Amino acid sequence: MVGVPAALHIGLVWIPAALTVGLSFAEWDNLAPLSDIRDVGFRNYWFIFTVFEGDLFGALFNNFVLIIWLTICSAVGMLFAYLLDKNIRGSRFYQSVYYFPVVLSLAVVGFIWKSTMFSRDRGLLNTLWPGGPIDFVGDGTKIFSFDLPFLDPALGLSKNFAALLVAMAWRHIGYIMVMYLAGLKAVDQALREAAAIDGCNEWQAFRRVIFPSLKPINVIVVVITAIEALRAYDIIAALNEPRGTDVMGTLVTKSLLGEGGGRVGFGSAYGVVMLLLCLGFIIWYVINHYRESEL
Amino acid sequence: MSDTAVVAPPAAKHKGPRVKPMRLLLYAFLTVMALAWLVPVGTAVYNSFRYWEADTQPNGAFSLPETLTLDNYRDAWNVGEMAKTFGNTAFIVIPALFFTLLLAAMVAYACTRYSWKFNIAFLVLFTAGNLMPQQVLFQPLFQFFKRMPWPDILSDTDTGSLLGTKIAVILIHVAFQVGFCTFVLSNYMKTIPKEIDEAAAVDGAGVWRRFFKIILPLTRPALAALGTLEFTWLYNDFFWGAVLLNRGDERPITSSIAVLNGQWASDFNLIAAASILIALPTLVVYLILQKQFISGLTLGASKG
Repeated sequence: MVGVPAALHIGLVWIPAALTVGLSFAEWDNLAPLSDIRDVGFRNYWFIFTVFEGDLFGALFNNFVLIIWLTICSAVGMLFAYLLDKNIRGSRFYQSVYYFPVVLSLAVVGFIWKSTMFSRDRGLLNTLWPGGPIDFVGDGTKIFSFDLPFLDPALGLSKNFAALLVAMAWRHIGYIMVMYLAGLKAVDQALREAAAIDGCNEWQAFRRVIFPSLKPINVIVVVITAIEALRAYDIIAALNEPRGTDVMGTLVTKSLLGEGGGRVGFGSAYGVVMLLLCLGFIIWYVINHYRESEL
Repeated sequence: MSDTAVVAPPAAKHKGPRVKPMRLLLYAFLTVMALAWLVPVGTAVYNSFRYWEADTQPNGAFSLPETLTLDNYRDAWNVGEMAKTFGNTAFIVIPALFFTLLLAAMVAYACTRYSWKFNIAFLVLFTAGNLMPQQVLFQPLFQFFKRMPWPDILSDTDTGSLLGTKIAVILIHVAFQVGFCTFVLSNYMKTIPKEIDEAAAVDGAGVWRRFFKIILPLTRPALAALGTLEFTWLYNDFFWGAVLLNRGDERPITSSIAVLNGQWASDFNLIAAASILIALPTLVVYLILQKQFISGLTLGASKG
């Protein structure tokens, strides 16, 4: 009974992941037969960290910005949930409005935003943005950048990527809000009353009583936020990867699907970097979750 | 009312006069935010009924329309070959959804009903697998599908392998989603009293019979919630449809966005109409089944 799904899951998820780790130490053109796979040790890693450092660190920087940004969005989502939990009249309505972008794919979100928010002539972001008209998702110039002594292209945040960040926030905030709303509903009323009797002001009650009692949700939100940021791909690929928006996800895919299919080793090495970053959060989540259930 | 649901009623009375403006501010904030949330879709819907070159481009997105038209929708539908790509989506999503829920329910049943040794180990495996970055699985899967013989008669390609078939996409969807669903369903099934199952066993019902006749009907609320959620997730998949299906017209609708985006560089109202069409199925499901949707999401979050 358990055999079929377990085999499917292990065979199509875990084994491929393990094989990718193996391929990251190999050189291979993916059109060639399997017997052509050559072991090259850490050479792929050496290449991506030195020769192609601009690609790798540029992508890592964007992922890093995304983690920070989505963390801020998560906090905003929590604030929304907290406010909506205050016996708001029409709370269902507000909840539906904030939440609806979550049912859309990030690819669609990108497409919708491109149509009316990003465009150079009539996009709404351009009306709000200081300075001349900017072709968001067409303008690779940086909003800010800084030089690192060992890195050739300066790291920085491109206007393109900033525009995508706004669109991603639109979706992420509602997602996190719903998670916290469910958590807040489950907070024991007695706890709140006890806090009030002890003379806590609102901030203290939240900080010391309500927030700690939301721990299971906090764990999930941290993981969702981090994994979403590290796995980001759809919105960038759907808009055909505007300049300056490379993240690890697009870097891996590009190397694997690139012309001639000759960079399997590189792509896999990029993939392993991405996997390692995710793995920390995955392990932390699994430990947190199952420690308390019934080990 | 107090401005804080947190504060007990007597305390609220003392600061009665200060409370009202705060409350008003709260409503104002929530309303302004709600309007801001609706702007991207609202303007997209509005302008999807207008011509770009003759109207929106010269006059702006918020001007009164010169004429309203359905031409953008007709063009988006025809040029984007949406009849075909929507069909592809249905061909992938319906079987994937069915098998995911069925298999996940089986595993969850086995894990929660029987004190089975690997119970937790498997759940850990599924949960962790669900959070893996898809890109990391892609190359080995691609090679596997390429070398997996598959009669062309059962697919719409002529490669003789699973590569480029929608079946490959369905397989990976099931393998990926079965983890999360197992996790949610096992949490739910833990709340069904074991005695029901045991009583049926005593009455002579076999494992399969108990599963289909007793456990599945009792799990229906969770299945409904999960089904709604999984529908949107499968519908929204971009990655697998894009990398496993090469030709643009073979892709499911969500994955075809990159193709459409490349074709229509500058007619933004056409893009608006297309994106509304693509968003419509999930939005309709959300509006009708909102409750299922949200409970599906929080089921995953709650602890069994």
